[in-house]
Amino acid sequence: MTRALETAGGWLLAILWVLPLAYAVWAAVHPSEFSVRFVLTAPLTLANFEAAWNAAPFARYFVNTVLLVTLILVAQLVLCTLAAYAFARYEFRGRDLAFALVLVQLMVMPDVLLVENYRTMSQLGILDSTLAIGLPYMASAFGIFLLRQTFKTIPKELDEAARVEGAGSLQVLWKVYVPLARPVYVAFGLVSVSYHWNNFLWPIIVTNTVNSRPLTVGLQVFSSADQGIDWSIICAATLLTSAPLLLAFLLFQRQFVQSFMRAGIR
Amino acid sequence: MNRTAAQVHGWLLLLPAAVLLAAFTHYPAAATLWHSLFSTPKPNRPAVFVGLDNYRAMAEDPVFWQSLANNLWFALGTIPVSIALALLMAVWVNGRLAGRGFLRLAYFTPTVLPMIAVANIWLFFFTPQYGLLEQITGLLGLPSHNWLGSQNTALGCLVVVTIWKEAGFFMIFYLAALQAIPPNLHEAARIEGASPWTVFRRVTFPLLMPTTLFVLVNAVINSFRLVDHIVVMTRGGPDNATSLLLYYIYDVGFKFWDSAYAAALTLVLLVLLGVAALVQFGFLEKRIHYR
Repeated sequence: MTRALETAGGWLLAILWVLPLAYAVWAAVHPSEFSVRFVLTAPLTLANFEAAWNAAPFARYFVNTVLLVTLILVAQLVLCTLAAYAFARYEFRGRDLAFALVLVQLMVMPDVLLVENYRTMSQLGILDSTLAIGLPYMASAFGIFLLRQTFKTIPKELDEAARVEGAGSLQVLWKVYVPLARPVYVAFGLVSVSYHWNNFLWPIIVTNTVNSRPLTVGLQVFSSADQGIDWSIICAATLLTSAPLLLAFLLFQRQFVQSFMRAGIR
Repeated sequence: MNRTAAQVHGWLLLLPAAVLLAAFTHYPAAATLWHSLFSTPKPNRPAVFVGLDNYRAMAEDPVFWQSLANNLWFALGTIPVSIALALLMAVWVNGRLAGRGFLRLAYFTPTVLPMIAVANIWLFFFTPQYGLLEQITGLLGLPSHNWLGSQNTALGCLVVVTIWKEAGFFMIFYLAALQAIPPNLHEAARIEGASPWTVFRRVTFPLLMPTTLFVLVNAVINSFRLVDHIVVMTRGGPDNATSLLLYYIYDVGFKFWDSAYAAALTLVLLVLLGVAALVQFGFLEKRIHYR
């Protein structure tokens, strides 16, 4: 009895939860006269996707987002690995204070420091560039924290054995630490890519041309234009924007959920 | 390796990250305080020191107070419900319900979608006259209502969207915690004759307390950080009814270009986040010690 009730409740909630997305799919694959008429015989069409693709430079936005996400991820992996290695395995003056200062970023996120970071980008003369969107996020306190915790669990003997064989510090890092921390890198990478693929507020502030706008900003510019674009086309554009992440999620569901568990916050 | 070399190597490894952190986290935080004490520079008039004038203006700015109040209501509306739902979802997904693979997929999907994109879908849901919600209430014979255009319901709509977006994300932390509870605890309680509800209330829930605290702090931070959907759905309206603090900063800083006042507002937000930080710090410390 309780089991049946729970199952019903679980399914009801799940259906409520997929409904918005299911609706977007419905509207996107049917002609606009069917966007609120749910007739099973409604003709299917891809015209909405075509119209959306041609109405705004989505191809360029895709390139921009892919570049942005790659730039941030590569920079994060390099910077966080080096910093985490220093915190995990080196004794140096001011280390604990430096670590506390790194953790400050967990609370004072770049998302909040819009005004001053905008001023800095303007002074550097790099407004409206992919670099300007990415810079504040490259030294990720969360990445440093996560990798430091992981590096600390790696036995010192492995480190020492490699050094006895004549490996230098960076070689030890590359040959011993990085391979052993692989699952953590995958987790952090997935979370970082999803976060920056979806990020919006800072990108809309620092970009103002097609040359640097990522997908999220492009979608907003497209759907807020007062040209009476119909809902079916907006839904198609919305799905286009989310498609790569959504498909990756559907294919690697378990990996995604585990990564978010592992690397939870940003 | 001698000790001087260790010192130098340590700092060299840290240097690149430290430079970027200082430039884009510590400097702007300090600069926020500094610039909030000056006037906004204009083309024909450079910034001058004005002391606490920006803060005095803030104290008399009804929109600031309303944004702060809205933010409080937004937090109170989103946090308890999304945490409760997250826990419920986790219990269901962790249990032996039929089709739990699908349930987990359904609950978690909003997490990977861009807020800006789902806000577009929800916008249509709430649209007057031909929106989905209107169609449903119309079928039930209820009067027409402009959900996002009315001061009474606009913030509530944003709360619903936020809960929908967040609950699945918080679910996975509960799920991880539930899976870490040793099954023999539950068996022992059941042998003692405890009902499932008692087991949950007396065994499971107390064991989940650290997770609840962790999720709570994250939910608080999110309620001050998430404004993407406001840009799409209401732009802070009608009549500032949905303006949250960060959205107001965005408006002041990048629509009215009053950077000094925006700095003063940012400082208030930083103080609020700082309080959340103190709570989380105490918790993170404990978590590290437990490992």
